[in-house]
Amino acid sequence: MRVNFSISCIIFFLLAIQIKTYADKIIVDKNTAINSISKAIEIANPYDEVIIKSGHYKEGNIIITKPLKFIGENNPVIDGENQNEIFTVHADDVSISGITFKNAGVSFLKENAAVRFENTKNGIVSDCKFYGNFFGVYLAKSKNCKVLNNYFEAYGKKETSSGNGIHLWYCRDSEISGNKIKGHRDGIYLEFVKQTTISKNYGSNNLRYGLHFMFSDSCRYYTNHFEKNSAGVAVMYSRYVDMEGNMFNNNWGPASYGLLLKDISRSKIERNYFIENTTGIFIEGCDGSEFLNNQFEKNGWAIKLMANSMENIFISNNFIANTFDLSTNSRQNFNKFNANYWSKYDGYDLNKDGIGDVPYRPVKLYSIMAQQNEPSLILLNSLFIDLLNIAESVFPSLTPETLVDESPMMRKLN
Amino acid sequence: MELIFKIIKFEFSNALRSKWILFYFSFFLILSFLMFNFEDETGKAVLSLMNIVLIVIPLVSIIFGTMYVYNSNDYIQMVLCQPLDRKSLYFGLYLGNAIPLALSFVVGILAGFIFTGANTEGIAPILILTINGFALTLIFTSIAFLTAIKFSYKAKGLGASILIWLMLAVIYDGLILFVTYFFRDYPIENIILGISLINPIDLARIFFILDFNISALMGYTGALFNKFFGTSLGVLVSSGLLILWFVIPFLFGLRSFNKKDF
Repeated sequence: MRVNFSISCIIFFLLAIQIKTYADKIIVDKNTAINSISKAIEIANPYDEVIIKSGHYKEGNIIITKPLKFIGENNPVIDGENQNEIFTVHADDVSISGITFKNAGVSFLKENAAVRFENTKNGIVSDCKFYGNFFGVYLAKSKNCKVLNNYFEAYGKKETSSGNGIHLWYCRDSEISGNKIKGHRDGIYLEFVKQTTISKNYGSNNLRYGLHFMFSDSCRYYTNHFEKNSAGVAVMYSRYVDMEGNMFNNNWGPASYGLLLKDISRSKIERNYFIENTTGIFIEGCDGSEFLNNQFEKNGWAIKLMANSMENIFISNNFIANTFDLSTNSRQNFNKFNANYWSKYDGYDLNKDGIGDVPYRPVKLYSIMAQQNEPSLILLNSLFIDLLNIAESVFPSLTPETLVDESPMMRKLN
Repeated sequence: MELIFKIIKFEFSNALRSKWILFYFSFFLILSFLMFNFEDETGKAVLSLMNIVLIVIPLVSIIFGTMYVYNSNDYIQMVLCQPLDRKSLYFGLYLGNAIPLALSFVVGILAGFIFTGANTEGIAPILILTINGFALTLIFTSIAFLTAIKFSYKAKGLGASILIWLMLAVIYDGLILFVTYFFRDYPIENIILGISLINPIDLARIFFILDFNISALMGYTGALFNKFFGTSLGVLVSSGLLILWFVIPFLFGLRSFNKKDF
């Protein structure tokens, strides 16, 4: 009897586990009894699946306090009616996929988002679409979250009245991958974020930056593409940042940078492409960072290196057909340039080892003049300017004497 | 009119016989051929060509034109003994000199382009290049004629031509640079733009770089310049100025030619 009891206990326990793994499915459909998402959340047990059938749902702010899995079928639309936040998640393990979110309201008091995770773990937002929202996905004080393969489009006209596509604040160990973001204020914004991976995203035509992060150490950014954002990409006050294989192109304007680095230290900028930007990289107050194997092509200024940057190294980069390869604001230089390819290099290679025998000075007199005194840009390509540059390169008096590539490559590097 | 054509025809065959024109033609042909052949990118090749064109065309046009007038002195005197008007002779001489120069440039550059890098991507800049080169040839030939007719001594006239070239190609830009530095605390963009428009070489150059180095110029200043040149007003003003640069020396030259006692 006693044995029997314990066996039945075990069976019961196993059954309980069984029940737990085969979570209930709750179907939300306009034509059935469960016709709203709030109702479904109310009756759901933790770890249930909520399947939302197609339809237009207007339910104001939906607050989620249980770990649930939301799956959209046939493209349901959830509308914030330009007033509310749509999903506010306070529970761990919530996942959301296949849903279209529309019109989270613009507010100057609250940062309304289409989907907000607050103090949670393991949240996932994937394959969703976001149209005309103030903020798209907002992760605050959350850990181990994933934002994957979503599409964001916003129609704001002014920076002040529009929000960010993906916004992370005090998060860590998260992953943002495969998203497309258009027309927001910042495409992806990170502040106080640690150990997060940002990859394969595409940010274009945002009102401010494609990617903007501050105080976010030890993050990795790879194979993203940022294009035509009104101020390019800005990254500030961070350490141990790893940027690899990204593409920055067509960011045009006086205050627009392919990549703006401010107070970045011990970071790695590797194999990125900077193509047709007004300024490829603007570097201010950075130290101990490595710039390797990058491609700078047809930029106005490939690199603007401010003199408060130290101990950075630039090795094996290609500088091709930029109007100015490099400009700086001081005669001092504490950075190292070596073995780069400069398409403007006109030296020779007698021993045929592929390395130019004459050192190359990437900072021309005119690039400094144009930076200090912009109207003189009208003299670009003038014979007079060429003569000045030649005179200066023979006897450097205004350009930094120590900023020299001692072994410039003769051929383009792959 | 018939007379003008007769003179042009004569001058044309004369120019072809003097190997200078052939040399000039083959210079551009080889240059453009080499540039398009060895440069992977059409844009960069056109840019290098432009740099050379901006120096070489004004220099050659002005020196060649001046020399030409001095060398034709006997011929002019001989023709003027005949009963014909000086205007036709002047027109004939001018066109007989300018057209071979302009043609050898245009054909040389375009032939090199078509032989090698005839891809559609480069057509717009190469057209701007040829139009600019063409305009510069006409302008500097007319300046050359004016100086050659004004100065009776060959050495003086040649010196003046070279000085004019030096002034417009180099010194003028130095002055602009000086002005931008001297008045850099003031909003002088528009004034600088105005000053640059006065010089035909600068005008041709700016026209070209706005099409090309656009990303560098997209700063505030660049945006301003681009705004001007992008509008139809800008194009009208700058082409008008180019035409003035051609017409005014030409007419002054004609006036002096009419009055001159050979």
